Amino acid sequence: MGREVRLVQGNQAMTEGAIYAGARFYAGYPITPSSEIAEECSKVMLKVGGVYMQMEDEIASIAAVIGASLAGAKAFTATSGPGFSLMQENLGLAVMGEVPCVVINVQRRGPSTGLSTKPAQGDIMQLRWGRHGDQSVIALCPATVSECFAMTVTAFNLAEKFRLPVIVAPDEIVAHMREAFSLPEPGEVEVIDRKKPSGSPKDYKPFVADADGVAPLAAYGSEYVFHVSSSMHGPDGYSNNDPANAAWRVAQLHRKIEMHRDEIVITRSFAAEDADVLLIAFGATTRASRAAALELRKRGIKAGVLQLITLWPFADREVATLADKVKTVIVPEMNYSGQVAGEVQRVLGSGADIRRVNSYNGEVITPQEILRAIV
Amino acid sequence: MMGKKERYEIILAGSGGQGLVLAGIMLGEAAVLEGRNVVQTQSYGIASRGGLSLAEVIIDWAEIIYQQVQEPDIILALTEEALEKYAALAEKGVHIFYDTTLAKRRAGANLTGYPFTKIASDLGNVAAVNILSLGAMTAAVPMVKTESLAGVIRKRFQGKVLEMNLKALQKGVELI
Repeated sequence: MGREVRLVQGNQAMTEGAIYAGARFYAGYPITPSSEIAEECSKVMLKVGGVYMQMEDEIASIAAVIGASLAGAKAFTATSGPGFSLMQENLGLAVMGEVPCVVINVQRRGPSTGLSTKPAQGDIMQLRWGRHGDQSVIALCPATVSECFAMTVTAFNLAEKFRLPVIVAPDEIVAHMREAFSLPEPGEVEVIDRKKPSGSPKDYKPFVADADGVAPLAAYGSEYVFHVSSSMHGPDGYSNNDPANAAWRVAQLHRKIEMHRDEIVITRSFAAEDADVLLIAFGATTRASRAAALELRKRGIKAGVLQLITLWPFADREVATLADKVKTVIVPEMNYSGQVAGEVQRVLGSGADIRRVNSYNGEVITPQEILRAIV
Repeated sequence: MMGKKERYEIILAGSGGQGLVLAGIMLGEAAVLEGRNVVQTQSYGIASRGGLSLAEVIIDWAEIIYQQVQEPDIILALTEEALEKYAALAEKGVHIFYDTTLAKRRAGANLTGYPFTKIASDLGNVAAVNILSLGAMTAAVPMVKTESLAGVIRKRFQGKVLEMNLKALQKGVELI
């Protein structure tokens, strides 16, 4: 007998991905279009021996997640635009303190509270630059319900492995859509846990990285007593104003991502090998782009799609390699400002001809809107 | 009755609170039971009651790439606003089922009106209007087997609500 196939919503699949990855702590403040994640966690966390906390706001939510993670739990929260904005300061703390955590930001149409039930892809730059102070995080963007599950597992793996916040940022359409989905068996998908220290507790330095660029992380409440601060700190976690130390810390926070760039950057391509027209897409836009590319092929135009699953760090190399072989590059996205198109322009150079397709009325982007930009 | 197709695109339209998203989910679940690919999406406003509310379902044996309905085969309109939006598609061959309790009657090919809301209300629960409508639609257009829908209903509900919903499904089938 085959495994059970169910009709599952993107938000539900992300919750199942978190549980599968070993998340046992959720703190959040429900907000459309991510509320189903809080709702599901309120039920499932208790069944798996985890903790669900409904907080007073998003600032407290991310603070609780950071605290739980430092106490040894895999922890996450889910939100949308307005809540994600509120989380930025503490996310900076998680970057600086190298605290593994996952934030799901379901993108809805803004600015501000905007259209709470409508999709957008307007937070791309906020995912990368939302926090002050020369920092870096990882952001992933699924396009299907299966990817919602898989990329949430990946988000926890990357967060645990590299001790940083990882953001999963589907648009509303992907988070709310339902598709046939079957849950992988335990052990079928790799689950990574953070490295723990093994030496003497009195010698533990929470910010001394191994050769892989990442330091082992002890748990609060264990025999390892350590200090985590949002201010500049030395290898022991205590305040340090030495310029050499500051340069080492800042570089280390970036380098651990750069060193493992190939493992972190995930892309997929569809019929891109022989393409003359390359559509670069992410999230729901991938699906409209694939449909548009198929239609173009029917009309004799060789079109393909590069899907950016990892949005940050940006897939510079993958974009450059494929774009080099084609005549036309098109970047459809559900924002006015062409946030990904700007990155593609940076990669390909200011002289490169990049066609932008921008949809920002709160409706779902269609294959026809993309086709109109081409033919 | 319409012949069997590889792919069906369905729109369920009405107002918030009529259970249209749930109807879309149940229709999708019935198709999943039959081993088919399904994408179900919805569009709604900020109100929990009222306002145009839509559920879309695509059922296909092949991979479903674009997630939204582009060429509907069948539409359910449970309010005048919803029927107004889609009525013109009937001329293009789209089967439109609508509720004569809440929308004005219209003449023309492919337009099928029943007082779904009144029938559900007479059965004892106006909230069963979504399942009653699905019963009628699947009897007319073989998107999924009625038995698959009954299976989904049995899994989702129990006791008196289950009985009511199965009765509503059967009543819908008998309309056709």
